[in-house]
Parts: sequence; structure tokens; C-alpha cells
Amino acid sequence: MTAATGPIAFQHARLVDPAAGYDGPGALLVAEGLIVRVSHGADLKDLPPGVRVIDAGGAMLCPGLIDLRVKTGEPGNEPKETLKSAARAAAAGGVTSIVVQPDTDPVVDDPAVVDFILRRARDIELVHVYPAGAATKGCLGQGMAEIGLMHEAGCVYITDADRPIVNSRVFRRLLAYAGGLGVLVAHRPADPWLTEGAAATEGEFAGRMGLAAEPVAAETIMLERDIALAGLTGARLMVDQISAAAPLESLARAKSRGLPIIATASINHLTFNELDIGDYRTFWKLTPPLRGEDDRQALIEAVASGLVDIVVSAHAPAPPEEKRLPFEEAASGAIGLETLLPALLTFHHEGRIPLPRLIETVTLAPAKAIGAAAGRLAVGAPADLILVDLDAPRLIDAADLLSKSKNSAFDGRRLQGRVLMTLVDGRIVFQAAREASLSR
Amino acid sequence: MTLPAPGIEEIRAKAAPFPTRHFLSVTDLDPVDVSQLLDLADLFVALNRQMNKKIDLLKGRTQVNLFFEASTRTQSSFELAGKRLGADVVNMSPRSSSISKGETLIDTAVTLNAMQPDILIIRHAASGAASLLSQKVDCSVVNAGDGQHEHPSQALLDALSMRRAFGRIGGLTVAICGDVLHSRVARSNIALLTMLGANVRVVGPPTLIPTDVARWGVTVFHDMKAGIAGADVVMMLRLQLERMQGALVPSMREYFRLWGLDREKLALAAPGVRVMHPGPMNRGVEIDSDVADDRTVSLIQDQVEMGVAVRMAVLASLAARLDNR
Repeated sequence: MTAATGPIAFQHARLVDPAAGYDGPGALLVAEGLIVRVSHGADLKDLPPGVRVIDAGGAMLCPGLIDLRVKTGEPGNEPKETLKSAARAAAAGGVTSIVVQPDTDPVVDDPAVVDFILRRARDIELVHVYPAGAATKGCLGQGMAEIGLMHEAGCVYITDADRPIVNSRVFRRLLAYAGGLGVLVAHRPADPWLTEGAAATEGEFAGRMGLAAEPVAAETIMLERDIALAGLTGARLMVDQISAAAPLESLARAKSRGLPIIATASINHLTFNELDIGDYRTFWKLTPPLRGEDDRQALIEAVASGLVDIVVSAHAPAPPEEKRLPFEEAASGAIGLETLLPALLTFHHEGRIPLPRLIETVTLAPAKAIGAAAGRLAVGAPADLILVDLDAPRLIDAADLLSKSKNSAFDGRRLQGRVLMTLVDGRIVFQAAREASLSR
Repeated sequence: MTLPAPGIEEIRAKAAPFPTRHFLSVTDLDPVDVSQLLDLADLFVALNRQMNKKIDLLKGRTQVNLFFEASTRTQSSFELAGKRLGADVVNMSPRSSSISKGETLIDTAVTLNAMQPDILIIRHAASGAASLLSQKVDCSVVNAGDGQHEHPSQALLDALSMRRAFGRIGGLTVAICGDVLHSRVARSNIALLTMLGANVRVVGPPTLIPTDVARWGVTVFHDMKAGIAGADVVMMLRLQLERMQGALVPSMREYFRLWGLDREKLALAAPGVRVMHPGPMNRGVEIDSDVADDRTVSLIQDQVEMGVAVRMAVLASLAARLDNR
């Protein structure tokens, strides 16, 4: 990264810091890319000369978001999304770190590809980009990828992304090997025999629509296997996008046994249910498929209680030619970098989840998962910060989003919350146009 | 039944504009719409039994039959319906080549749309394909079967067959038997028949019945004998033979023994029971030839005749809506 810009002080802010358990008025000083002073309560006095002072006017100042599950098309499918376009979208969405998935072309199963992504990210100089490495060569679920070398090169966890690792022996060895190196393993639990060809969740809706469907049991079965193998090996496991009530019960049992298991949920599964598919709307075709409303409610409760640790955008760009197809033939996934924060804030505005807990799921919790120093408002922490107008109403128009692909499931949705400013290592990488007058 | 042939004025007067621009699902209709369409279809049945079956309600209109899935029965039924109404009918059967079916669908839709058709009849292997196509074209779209979703004109012709056999549909007990899971015919029939007040049962092995089907307003039976006991109509569905590969049923002979329709099982149904089948039949798999060919109980040939008349009614109503624009 280039040298940080000069020192910046934020006064009159609403500081939300899940690490300190603080949600209240305060001020903060940034210098040399780091947070150097934090005041809970009063404004900062005795600011050094030459400090740029920003009056937050009561807007929320919190750590920048860390999104552990982002897909781009780079390398291999750049028309879909490049690292640069994803980074621009992230900055605009208040996401200061993204972890990109390994199922690109070529697959990130080699330290050279890890290095390529890190070098590209350095050149882009917007947000932090961390690669996730493939767990198996080619994400094919058989031979182990070079986990140790990729970890040394800078990958923050390993995963085969959307592809479940079917072979239990391979998965056991993977957990044992990665666990021994201290590398986090992420896995999306899905029994491939039950999910084969499925485009929706089994039930009344999918039945009426005539869509091939999978039962929720497909997720529960594989998760129970993963938990048993995690118990056998003692490895750290991250359950990728848990999505329904029954697997949440499995997760709760595993956590109560003290296993080092954490789980993510996607903002899509927290916001939508299967009925949002409506008249075969392919932007709502997701992996795992959208579940019933009971499952969505259980998922929200699990995020509130901390059973689910982390919320991700599951950003998955797909161009029109992959989405403007009959539902079962269409690509799966939706973009989400720019809508993650306002969609998450829905639960704050509804009074369902307290703001510090909500912010924790996208800052401190993912930071801990990947061992990043960011995600907190502490002296000495990187100055990855966002300033947010929590209440600003927005009508999401996919055409306005910065991602190269416009397949947003939030298109046309009314949300509240606007990012006014995004700082990465103390540099302003995004500033909402009309808020330029804030600084003086 | 020998009725005087209806005149064009009578038919024109009864051809109420279709409630929606497209006919994608039976849920596009309410019971009054259905009643009007069936009344109109009755007139076309009479017309179709005349030497001169032609009437120029769709004169100047272009109808394109776009069948991505092979179909003899439905395609010829729609073709005859259009021709008897005086439309210019073009049949297209795009076959999937190296490019995916979906790209063919959208590309074909845009191409066809530029040729200014008035009515597009589509059959496609993907659920929702007709709906997707309807968003891309300016003409009326008729769903002639989309994947496992709907086949609404089949449900209408089944309703017409039942109404002519029993004089009513409300109150009838209709047992829909066999592979309900993969059947668009079953979905459209369940929706239409429950709307019209029939008591609908679905009968079949649990592997061929959709989950939560009881919430569609039907009663579920896994025992065929219990399922057709007292039924006024037994509607058999075609068992796709490739289902044997997917471990859904063990063998044809076991399927026939447990869920095939023969005289013995049929004897449990209500007196005067009528048997239906959307075709094409697998004789000796889901239905015994002895039952299928007995015209005192079988409505299967009537269904084919009603198919042309009902599709004429649908096309005439859609055209009446186009005329009003």
C-alpha cells in the first residue's frame, strides 16, 4: 500500500466497537494508517496541527466490514467481475477487506496464483484482498492442494467454495493436515446425492413450481459428518453458509461440546425466503437454495444469539447470459458487496439484533476467523473504518451498483443505511458525493 | 349428439376476451372464465363434427407452435385448432445443438418476435420457460407444457371431458394416480379441479408424490385401492420409464401390480366411473389395455377430441382480447 494520507480526526461520531462492547458518542484519530486515539464520550482535544477534522454529525463510525465470501471473475472470467471492480464495489459498500474464493480459472490451488491475486490487489490499492486457497487440487475433491505453501503465500483459509468435498476420507485428512498447520478449513455442507440438479428447497412452493428440489436434510447430513470429522481431528472448521433450522441444531450441539467450529450465514438467506423466487426470478437462485420462512427466522435468531458467528455477502457476480435462462438452467448466486451493510442494518431498524452484535458479525468475528488485526476500534489497529448514516433511506437500483454484473437480489428493495466514507489503512478510498461538505 | 352447427355470430358472441394476455397457468383463470371457455369449447365440438370445420375467427393472425420438446398429440392439436380458426400456423421444433437449450429459447424468442406473430404456443423442458418467453415477446404466449410445472390447456380439456360426461365438475371425486411428482398435467389438473370444487385425491408411491402435496388441497393415498374407492373419475398419469433408473420404483411389474389400473381395482370405484389418461399410454405399466380400450368407461379418446375444441376456445378468446386492444 502507498503511504497513508495525513492524520484525520473524526469528531461527534457514534462509535460502535464490538471489541470494546461500546456503542455511544465518541471521537477517533487516525495517523500513519493506524488508529492512534479513541475517545469514548467527549470530542478529542489537543489535536496535533495539520489534522483534517471531520465532523461526523452523529453518524456511525465503526470498523470496516470484512467479507469472507466474495467471488470475482479474476483470473479467468473477467467480464463477470475483476478484482478491481469488486474492490470498487466493496469500498462503496463499506467493505474494507474481502476474501476471494478459489474457484476461478485457474483455480487458486497453487502459491503462484495466491501471489498473483495479492500482487493485483496491491496494484489496485483500494481495499484489502485476501485469497482463500483451494482445499483440493482443482477444487475437485480428491488430491490435497498445497495448503502449507499457499498459507505461507498469504491465503487466509482453504475451501472448495461451492463444491462439497464428498469423499469423507479426503475431508478427514484435509482437516487433520490443515489443522496441524493451523489453517482454517471452510466447507459448505451439502449431500451431493440429495442436491444433484436441485434449484430450490423441497416443499410446497418448489412442488407447485415444478422445480427440482433438495431437502434441508441434505445440509444437515453433511454438517453432521463434518462435525464428527472435526471432532476426530480437532481442526478449526468454518461452516460455510448455514441456512436452515435443522442444521443450526446440529451446530448448537457441536458448539456446546466445545468443538472449534464457527459458522457463516449469507445476508441473502437472512433476508429472503423461497417465496421471493416468485415467477422463476433467477436472481433469487442461490446456493444453497433459499429456504422456508421458519428457517429464515431461525437463522436470524442464530445470528442474534451468536450461534452463527459471521455474516457474509456471498457476492457471486453472473452476467445476463447466465441469468436470463429458465430457472433450473440459470447460474446460481447474487452480488452483494454494496448491499451487505444496509441489508444487515434492517435487523437494527427492526429492533431484532442490537447494533454492536450486528457489526460484530461483519467485523470482529470475521477478523478473528482469519487472524486479521482489523475489525476493532483500538489504538494500534489498522485504520480500516467506515462512516455510516444509519437511517438514510435508499431504493436499491441494480443499475447504480458498481459491480460489473448486476444480478442483485436486492434490486428494487427499500433499505436504510448509507456509507458516507470508507477508509483503508487511513486512506479515504470512498466518499459519498454529497457528503464532501462534511470535511472542513 | 347431433346439434345444429353453431354460426359464426354465435361463436363470436361467446368468445369472451381472455382474462390475461398470456395463458401460462390455470391460475390465470377464475371459475367464471373457465365456465365461459368450456361453453365456447362445446360450440367448437359441434363445429368440429361438421364436414366444414373452418371458421375465420383468426383470419390474418399468425400462430407459431414452438415445441422444444417433441410432442405429436399436443402440437397437432394446437395446429388443427389454429388452422380451423383460419390462422396461419407455423410449426417450429428447434433441437438443442451444442449451445444450451436456454440460449436457444431466448434467441429464438427474440427472432420470432421480429416476425410479428400474434400467438406463440410453447412447449419446453424447463419449468418457467413459458413465463420467461412471455417477458421477451409482444404477442400472446400459450404454455403447452413447461417442464414439471403446468400444462394448462390439458387441464381445461380434461375439465371439458368431465363436464360433458357428468354434467358437472363440482362435487366429483377425482383420483389422480401415478407419477404426480414429475407431472405438469397433474399440477394443472389439481389447481383447476380444486378451484372448481371437485374432491381431488392423489394416489401413488411416496417416491412419486411431491412433498407437502396435502397443502395443495388434495388428499394423499399411497394405497391404490383405497385411493380409487368411490372415485367418479380415475385419471391415470404416464410413468416415465426412465424413472426406473432413479430408484423411484423397483420395476414395471411391481408398479403395475400396486399402482396400475386394471378391472379389479377399477371395480372399487363409484358406479359409472370414467377413466382418463393424458397420453401417450404405457399399456401394461400404468393402465391395462382392457380398461383403456373400453369406451363405456374410458374417456381417453374423448379427451383427444376435446383437446382440439378447448384449444380453439383458448385461441379464439386470446384473439378476442387482441382484437379489443
